[in-house]
Amino acid sequence: MAEVLERVTKIIVDRLGVDEAQVSLEASFKDDLGADSLDVVELVMELEDEFDMEISDDDAEKIATVGDAVNYINSKK
Amino acid sequence: MKLEGKVALVTGASRGIGREIALELAREGANVAINYSGSEAKALEVAAEIRTMGREAITIQADVSSSESVDSMVKQTIEAFGKLDILVNNAGITKDNLLMRMKEADWDDVININLKGVFLCTKAVTRQMMKQRSGRIINISSIVGVSGNAGQANYVAAKSGVIGLTKTTAKELATRGITVNAVAPGFITTDMTDKLNDETKNEMLKQIPLARLGEPTDIAKTVLFLASDDSRYMTGQTLHVDGGMVM
Repeated sequence: MAEVLERVTKIIVDRLGVDEAQVSLEASFKDDLGADSLDVVELVMELEDEFDMEISDDDAEKIATVGDAVNYINSKK
Repeated sequence: MKLEGKVALVTGASRGIGREIALELAREGANVAINYSGSEAKALEVAAEIRTMGREAITIQADVSSSESVDSMVKQTIEAFGKLDILVNNAGITKDNLLMRMKEADWDDVININLKGVFLCTKAVTRQMMKQRSGRIINISSIVGVSGNAGQANYVAAKSGVIGLTKTTAKELATRGITVNAVAPGFITTDMTDKLNDETKNEMLKQIPLARLGEPTDIAKTVLFLASDDSRYMTGQTLHVDGGMVM
């Protein structure tokens, strides 16, 4: 769990240019981390590459917070 | 050369305008994936001609109206060349008839290949281009998509749709360094226009201020411009290459 969060956090920090401290499990990509819709699509693409998995469009639409992403990845591992 | 080291995928590139586009991009340095639907022998000829220029070429059979087929085509292109810089959505068909006589199947076929095909191919290349933070998408529309044309309700609806799709895709992808533009050819000498009867041809000629038909190379040169860095500050535009038919 911790390891997944760490890797997810790094991608978010790199992609969105936010401070690591802002990346909490509750943080919403759009509302708290300043991502637009396309940023979220790109984040999902990078998570797919990082964790070597495919995230369907339906599932991707449900990922709104950092916690959603981490839980999704853990559920598929 | 304007496209040295670039990789281009051209749909419907075995014949007509698509063939000329593939050759023109290669002439300017691009390696090219040549998509075709039925004319394998002609696609292989185009590939051979590109190789004589010292560029790489592959041929890929794919139905642009099938997402599975399109995804596989894009995958093969990226596997072969390692990246994808330019997509030219050129594949298209006509099934003309007066609206009153047009069969539902003829409407569906033309919309599926000429409009849905552009959507599917664009969607499939976007991931790679977003990662690269650069890309050029060039959609071949038609001047009748701007003006309308009796006897081509399906074709006109599709080509007009392509112009709207071009604008929307341009807006969505601009921040990622991807430009999307369209070319609207007028009356160009190809297999597609050879099918028209003399009466239609003469009627069309009367509407062309430059008083002659265009050639595939006229379109290919415009596509080259849109694929190259020369057009870097343009996106969402439709260029009319039609001898002045529609101003």
